Amino acid sequence: MTLTGLVSIALGAILIENFIFSQFLGICPFLGVSRKTETALGMGLAVTFVMALASVFCWLVNTLLLVPLGLTYMQTVAYILVIAALVQFVEMFLKKTLPGLYQALGIYLPLITTNCAVLGVVLLNTQKNYDFLSSLVYGVTGGIGFLVAIVLFASVRERLDLTADCPKSFEGFPIALISAGLLALAFMGFSGLKVF
Amino acid sequence: MNVKKQFREGLLTNNPVLVQLLGMCSTMAITTTLFNGIGMGVSVIVILTCSNIVISLLRKIIPSTIRIACYIVVVAGFVTIVDLLTQAFLPSLSESLGVFIPLIVVNCIILARAEAFASRNGVAASALDGIFQGTGYTLVLIVMCVIREFLGSGTFGGGLLGPDGAGIRILPEGVPATFLVLPVGGFLTLGCLIALMQYLLRRREDK
Repeated sequence: MTLTGLVSIALGAILIENFIFSQFLGICPFLGVSRKTETALGMGLAVTFVMALASVFCWLVNTLLLVPLGLTYMQTVAYILVIAALVQFVEMFLKKTLPGLYQALGIYLPLITTNCAVLGVVLLNTQKNYDFLSSLVYGVTGGIGFLVAIVLFASVRERLDLTADCPKSFEGFPIALISAGLLALAFMGFSGLKVF
Repeated sequence: MNVKKQFREGLLTNNPVLVQLLGMCSTMAITTTLFNGIGMGVSVIVILTCSNIVISLLRKIIPSTIRIACYIVVVAGFVTIVDLLTQAFLPSLSESLGVFIPLIVVNCIILARAEAFASRNGVAASALDGIFQGTGYTLVLIVMCVIREFLGSGTFGGGLLGPDGAGIRILPEGVPATFLVLPVGGFLTLGCLIALMQYLLRRREDK
């Protein structure tokens, strides 16, 4: 894979085909952990880290184990097990080294396992037949796209909680979804962006 | 066992999407044509019912510390079965839903029902819970599809009815607002639907 190819994968994952705003992957944590900017940042970083690791490990499992053994139909099961193990590992690591962040993420840390952005990026890597380097780049930049989206959205939501004067039925979730829709509209502006 | 109560909860008062706010990703991502909505809904009903039955059967054997991992393996097994079946018998559905069929593994509805219901109740009740909650999810998908398809591309029944499965045209071309079938429309439509649900539930409480 050439450098321009990698750059276009990266730009695609962060802006043009943002995981949240154009592929609808990882909406649950996006809406669940975006009340405060700091936790959103922590969540975004943790997800980026897990996505990068998952891309690498699942690529290895797929190419070295599943394909040679003719077990590609077990992909979904194998990937979710790899991801669950990785999240467990990250959890133990954070607990030992960064207890502050561990406390702040709380329940959402184990929930990264069921974040569809993580499984999504791995499945897309396989579907698009990416090689090792492209998978890694797609994982990292997909995570960065998630990070950008969740931090932007958390800042919007903090304002919304302070100044919101909206109809009673729209309070809470509906207004959050509609603001996310407007952000998605803004991100659509990137769709014309062509690299090289 | 209270069948009537479970039925009402699954479809309305405790609807997985509109009230429990689960399974947002697929709800917004695939509801662009009626065909997609029904296909996804039926797959989820099947998987949810099967996994609820198995988890309810195993609920006394699974140790509670590793229960989530066990649930995920059970769910992933059923998802793989459904994925392979759709690839073999309904290739057009498998193509248009793409990565979202394997992603049913991480659909929060299924894990949430396993944790909240199937691990605490008997087999028959869990199976019914799977069917009703799955139907509630499917209903929301169908409503979203009909709204987005009608306003976004001016057709009804895309993928199922009409010439070449393009749907029956209701609004003339050029009239519909295309942005509703784009991602933006998913957020807006679901936001409005949840708001409507909150309004209805509040009005019922006031009475």
